[in-house]
Amino acid sequence: MSIWEYANPKKFSATVTPIIPWAFALGLGGLAVGLIWGFFFTPDDYRQGATVKIIYLHVPSAFLAINAWLMMLVTSLIWVVRRHHVSALAAKAAAPVGVVMTVMALATGAIWGQPIWGTWWAWDPRLTSFLILFLFYLGYIALWEAIPDPDTAADLTSILCIVGSVFALLSRYAAVYWAQGLHQPASLSLDAEENVADVFWQPLVLCMVAFGILFVALVLLRTRTEIAKRRIAALEARARRSEVRV
Amino acid sequence: MKAVFIRDVTLAFRAGGGFGLALAFFLIVVILVPFGIGPDRAILARIAPGILWVAALLACLLSLDRIFALDYEDGSLPLLATSPLPLEGLVLAKSAAHMVVTGLPLTIAAPALGFLLNMQAGAYPWLVVSLAIGTPALSMIGAFGAALTVGLRRGGLLLSLLVLPLYVPTLIFGADLVRRGADGLSVTVPLMMLSVITLGAVALMPFAAAAVLRINLR
Repeated sequence: MSIWEYANPKKFSATVTPIIPWAFALGLGGLAVGLIWGFFFTPDDYRQGATVKIIYLHVPSAFLAINAWLMMLVTSLIWVVRRHHVSALAAKAAAPVGVVMTVMALATGAIWGQPIWGTWWAWDPRLTSFLILFLFYLGYIALWEAIPDPDTAADLTSILCIVGSVFALLSRYAAVYWAQGLHQPASLSLDAEENVADVFWQPLVLCMVAFGILFVALVLLRTRTEIAKRRIAALEARARRSEVRV
Repeated sequence: MKAVFIRDVTLAFRAGGGFGLALAFFLIVVILVPFGIGPDRAILARIAPGILWVAALLACLLSLDRIFALDYEDGSLPLLATSPLPLEGLVLAKSAAHMVVTGLPLTIAAPALGFLLNMQAGAYPWLVVSLAIGTPALSMIGAFGAALTVGLRRGGLLLSLLVLPLYVPTLIFGADLVRRGADGLSVTVPLMMLSVITLGAVALMPFAAAAVLRINLR
């Protein structure tokens, strides 16, 4: 039993079909509990007031925006090395979810920044890196859409993802060099001395886990849909061929 | 490799278009900026390094699709790909030709346009240096984007969407080098980073672009 068994699209679909509704239920349920807990049962911050509560959407979406790209990088590498179709389709499926997460992180960040920093947008390294990440997502999705042949599209987008990752990392450090920031440093690191206080921390972690499960559910669902679409296209092509022969 | 290089450069000079067009575009973008910003000389002096770099980048972008698309259309690209020259070498030769045809004229013309934008005297040598170091990176990264979109009928717009985010680090360090030169600050860090990007791009991008070309020519 190895993980590569799931490279078989049929086996993959059969395995994930029962998982998807549970993952959705768990993700949405966790998110509901986490958000209600965070919005109504935690105290207001003594400086930021109720504004601080947007953290329960901002941090998980930002966390996933980056991790979705990482997942795409890993699946792209698997496609390039081992040529498993499910892997390429999973990368394709993750991209729109990732772009929604990126937009959400940027939008909630702007809404949060307006009352606290007094501005919707600043050319801060973190904000800028996210904007660049958003552009990378757009290019990646546009390339998928532009190429009619699925295998060529998978190959080209994988290489774009790998090259793009190098440049995204480079841009991130270039942006750090280029501008001084308003954004606070990471406040959820395991190795930091001072983190967010426990009252805020617990629902926040719950929200992040729920976002993660929801992301998995969405990606599995979208991958299954892509597999079904690919199969329909193959069946239609076969039907057309037999018509021609008759 | 040398033959491909010479062929591309000659084609660009003789068949018209590529060579003069990028330069004219560069000129027009730089001339348009004061109309948009207003003729205040102090403001223009402040933004001159950035504007010149962004304009050079756009002018470079304009001619990128010519690197492979023309040869792909008339069928000479598959022939070149099956020649004994490795595809990586072909990419390198073609991007070098693009650099000579686009980047080099931009580098030479940029100081003249600096006068139009009232750039500070100290910035001129660094403008030339930064463009001379930076445009090879622009050509190499652009060749990768051009290779990605070579088979597509309407690849032009997609090409800019793919390539412009890849240009961010080069632009940041290139423009910062000129700005620091204008202010008389130490330029070591951006100079080194820009060189690193160019050397890295020249060393690695041919492999990425060749891999992509192989897929597109399959």
